[in-house]
Amino acid sequence: MNKRRVLNIEAMPRLAPHVHFRFDKKRERWVVLAPERLLLPDEIAVEVLKLCDGSLSIAAMVASLTERYEISDETASKDVLELLQDLTDKGILAV
Amino acid sequence: MNTQSPPLAVLAELTHRCPLQCPYCSNPLALEGVDDELGTEEWCRVVDETAALGAYQIHFSGGEPTVRKDLPTLVRRAADLGLYTNLITSGILLDELKIATLMEAGLEHVQLSLQDTSAKPADRIAGMQAAHEKKLAVASLIRDAGLSLTINCVFHRQNLERLGAMIDLAVDLGAERLEIAHTQYYGWAIKNRRALLPSRKQIEAANAIVVEAEKRLKGILLIDYVPPDYYARRPKACMGGWGNQFMNVSPSGKVLPCHAAETIPDLHFDNIRERSLVDIWLGSDAFRRFRGTDWMPEPCRSCERREIDWGGCRCQALLLTGNAASTDPICELSPDHDLIRRLVKSEAGETPPPFHYRRMGG
Repeated sequence: MNKRRVLNIEAMPRLAPHVHFRFDKKRERWVVLAPERLLLPDEIAVEVLKLCDGSLSIAAMVASLTERYEISDETASKDVLELLQDLTDKGILAV
Repeated sequence: MNTQSPPLAVLAELTHRCPLQCPYCSNPLALEGVDDELGTEEWCRVVDETAALGAYQIHFSGGEPTVRKDLPTLVRRAADLGLYTNLITSGILLDELKIATLMEAGLEHVQLSLQDTSAKPADRIAGMQAAHEKKLAVASLIRDAGLSLTINCVFHRQNLERLGAMIDLAVDLGAERLEIAHTQYYGWAIKNRRALLPSRKQIEAANAIVVEAEKRLKGILLIDYVPPDYYARRPKACMGGWGNQFMNVSPSGKVLPCHAAETIPDLHFDNIRERSLVDIWLGSDAFRRFRGTDWMPEPCRSCERREIDWGGCRCQALLLTGNAASTDPICELSPDHDLIRRLVKSEAGETPPPFHYRRMGG
């Protein structure tokens, strides 16, 4: 990983190797486990992460989210791209 | 009714045996011998109870954890139970086959220590010939195997000038993370403090290098920075609060709130051989003593940061003020803070004395 990956809406992110995204039954919340890291994604981030299986473009994710939530296409695109870029920078997602 | 939530992680110190002799080792001065170490069945029970307790991560550490032949068994057990598995190692005893075996057992992440950026100073700190060269080779094997790699380097007066070079080296080695840890002064590091304590000038230069590197290497290398205690204005949130997030199991099965906790003389530490991990977490005297905020003196008790830094570090309070229940003197609000100022003044400037290396029998 010698170059930063800058995402656009065509990118198809997936969980990076050695990152686990799972439901913690004991505490009843979704968690992301990575080397020396524990992330507690909020409700929207959970929905986005569920779509990050490498088969969907960010554009397709946004379409799926705008169908389910009352949110404009433009806002969703911007927010989702920002979230996924941040998670990629943190090594949680790979492209 | 006990409302204490489960720990996030358990540090399993499988052994105190180690081929290295780093003078800032976090193990206690009284190292536990091989005859006292828990057996495989007992460690398996620790792993089972870690998962049952609800911890997310288990760190296999030491000493050098790879001296234990049962390491792959324990890793497999942990991975099968859904624990996130980390190995904290010097790398000295690893080879391609052992790495493949650990990976196949379900290991996710290796945290590999480097002592410096080149062989001569690194081997001097490690107290071992050719250690650095071996570590670099092992770093490549870890990456080639597809494991996640963190480089971990402890910094002090005698290597801080090479902080920038260490960041470059971590990138070259293909590491995903770099842990830059200023020496924490307990146990062995206290013995060597006069040789290790950096100057304020060095600290300021280091802080600037880290800020610049974090920006430049965004998306390339994650940097975790453990700031230097003695130059801070507020104390660290030691272990995220006493008995709040972490448990540490010693080679002989003693269960500690942190790896230095045994320096506090009037605490009794329960052993996994006699009590379950969950029982110790919820009920043991040692874990309850400084948990939460009830034990706090002023100025902590009424401080708005009391649930941010949790009064700092109990071991440090004891070491420097003689009382484990006082405010960590690192805090500028502590009545004992002057101790730190004097200490830094008298020790950080002098010519470093020779190291007192970490060895069995002190």
